[in-house]
Amino acid sequence: MTATPDARVPWDRWDAPTEDWMLTGDPVVSERTLLLELAARILFPTVLVFSLYLLLVGHYGPGGGFAGGLVAGLAFVLRHIAGGRSEGAEIGARVKVRPPVLVGLGLGVAVVTALVPAAFGAPVLSSAKFAFDIPLLGHLDIVTSLALDIGVYLLIVGVVLDLLRSLGSGIERDAREAAAADDAGEAAA
Amino acid sequence: MTTSLLPVLPVLLPLLGAAATVVAGRSAWAQRAIGISVLAAVAAVATVLLVQADRHGPVVSEVGGWPAPVGIVLVADRLSALLLLISTVVTLAVLVYAIDQRIVDYGRRTASTTFHPIFLVLSAGVSLAYLTGDLFSLFVAFEIMLAASYVLITRRTDATRIRSGMTYVTISLASSLLFLTTVALVYAATGTVNLADLATRVADLPTGLQTVLALLVVVTFGIKAAIVPLHFWLPDSYPNAPAPVTALFAGLLTKVGIYALLRTRTLIFPEGHPSTLLLVLAAVTMIVGVLGALAQNDLNRLLSFLLVSHIGFMIFGLAVSDAAGIAGTALYVVHHITVQATLFLVSGLITRRTGTVSLDKMGGLAKRAPLLAILFAIPALTLAGVPPTSGFVAKLALLQAGAGGGSGTAIVAGIVVLASLLTLYAVVRVWVRVFWGEPREPLPDNDPDDELVVGTARTSTPMYAASAALVAVSVAIAVAAGPLSAITTRAGDDLVARTPYRTAVLGDGGAP
Repeated sequence: MTATPDARVPWDRWDAPTEDWMLTGDPVVSERTLLLELAARILFPTVLVFSLYLLLVGHYGPGGGFAGGLVAGLAFVLRHIAGGRSEGAEIGARVKVRPPVLVGLGLGVAVVTALVPAAFGAPVLSSAKFAFDIPLLGHLDIVTSLALDIGVYLLIVGVVLDLLRSLGSGIERDAREAAAADDAGEAAA
Repeated sequence: MTTSLLPVLPVLLPLLGAAATVVAGRSAWAQRAIGISVLAAVAAVATVLLVQADRHGPVVSEVGGWPAPVGIVLVADRLSALLLLISTVVTLAVLVYAIDQRIVDYGRRTASTTFHPIFLVLSAGVSLAYLTGDLFSLFVAFEIMLAASYVLITRRTDATRIRSGMTYVTISLASSLLFLTTVALVYAATGTVNLADLATRVADLPTGLQTVLALLVVVTFGIKAAIVPLHFWLPDSYPNAPAPVTALFAGLLTKVGIYALLRTRTLIFPEGHPSTLLLVLAAVTMIVGVLGALAQNDLNRLLSFLLVSHIGFMIFGLAVSDAAGIAGTALYVVHHITVQATLFLVSGLITRRTGTVSLDKMGGLAKRAPLLAILFAIPALTLAGVPPTSGFVAKLALLQAGAGGGSGTAIVAGIVVLASLLTLYAVVRVWVRVFWGEPREPLPDNDPDDELVVGTARTSTPMYAASAALVAVSVAIAVAAGPLSAITTRAGDDLVARTPYRTAVLGDGGAP
């Protein structure tokens, strides 16, 4: 699946709900429900912000790159389910970065984070802590293993987007094509 | 105790390479260059590790600076470094072959978002399995390796491949569950998963519990290594994958199981005398495997059964369990990784020439492709153990160990000779059917999308070169048999003594 130029939409409409339903039984006949779309629109940015929160608090509290990445992925899943139908404009086409590239970047960031301490003569995967006192925010601890978490976060988001692309939109597209072929067959008969 | 960066690199470099090949997903040439240079770098690191481990003892790396037994350690002793080196060399040759097969089949410019990254991830998993000094990380290594292999075995599938992939995935998942259970039981009983630490802790457990844990380990790794009667999945799944993938799996994955058995049996559950159970398993595996091979008409299935049979040889050395037996197994693993991968690569070349995997429908290939005949003959004779090949050297080491082990091992040593003769018969049978007789025209390629059976003569020089390089490696093993068996003998002594590994990991407290 590639993003053809005409499938690209302007940035201000990039998350406009135009996706297929995934679970409506017959994916060819799609319906849109106002409530779910509205809820998805409100929730989408909120869930993404929450996923970033999970990513950042992960070192000391529940959360981390994996949990944060999954929550961010859920935001995309919600958007995918709530979206209406449109030909050739799946999530993969709208998100400007291709999902495998996200996966690769995430893995790369994680591995490089593991190797960087070796440049300072420390064992691989060891971490350092930087403490700041920032006005208004107060005391802030930044642990270098956060970079590893960011890598994991990117990787998980990439995997979820790739799943949506292949198992979500991909299956719908196949179903559409199969239905179109059936129609053509009937018309010929 | 110093901690070194080197043992980490064979794991992290392929992972970094995998990330880079995904990001460079649009440029086929970038992917190929990254894959080959990463594996070449790992081979170089493995060489350095082998030299260091041989001269100065095991090289240890404490991940995150946490000392053992709390933290995870990566340990490269003689055995790990040697197997890592030979595995990486074989992986590199298989990659060159695979790249070229892809160029021939899909064109120069076709990049792949899955093949190169997954191939490198598999390589990282294999490296981690050899190097880890920690039972749970060993589980993780197996999972990395298996997850990657699930993808490789089911890429570009048809119904047959899905079916064989199902067998493979189900069996692998079952054995992984068993492995995880074993790790949990070991941890519950001893409170540690560090292999060096386990060496002392397990000895304090009640005898019954020790036996149960030891048996669980044998069954778990027995499935991975395809020991009869846990082998049935292998001839059903391996032959249905494309040649390079089968070569990689046959060369490496089963041998990683053998390595895990070797490590755990010597370090955690040493018996000090020949193990009757393993001797029986070795004998049954050798005979069932080679008899299975004689009954096959499909070239790849035949080679798969021979692979099972030769797993028995390695179990035999392990069963003898003195330093000579362990050294023999180590030497046999080195020889067998090379030769089995070569045979599957050459089998790929043969099927591309003939358009079929069925021995009945081949014939007269010696006249049409004399180079191919040589490329098949050398590894085939090596596998059978005809002097002066590396197979002979490795089998001699095993037989000497068996002769020194007592009456039980001497009987199984006789079966080793018998199985070697039957192997020779099996490969000669292949030779007669494939290379002699009336030359036949290749069968037409019925399904151009099918990677498995390509009935055109479309091959290219690098595919031959990669196979020839592996043949050269196995010849080099035979030529360097003296220094090599000196290293494996020292590795066997290390493993049986257990102290070098334990002091390297735990410091002086590890000495008993």
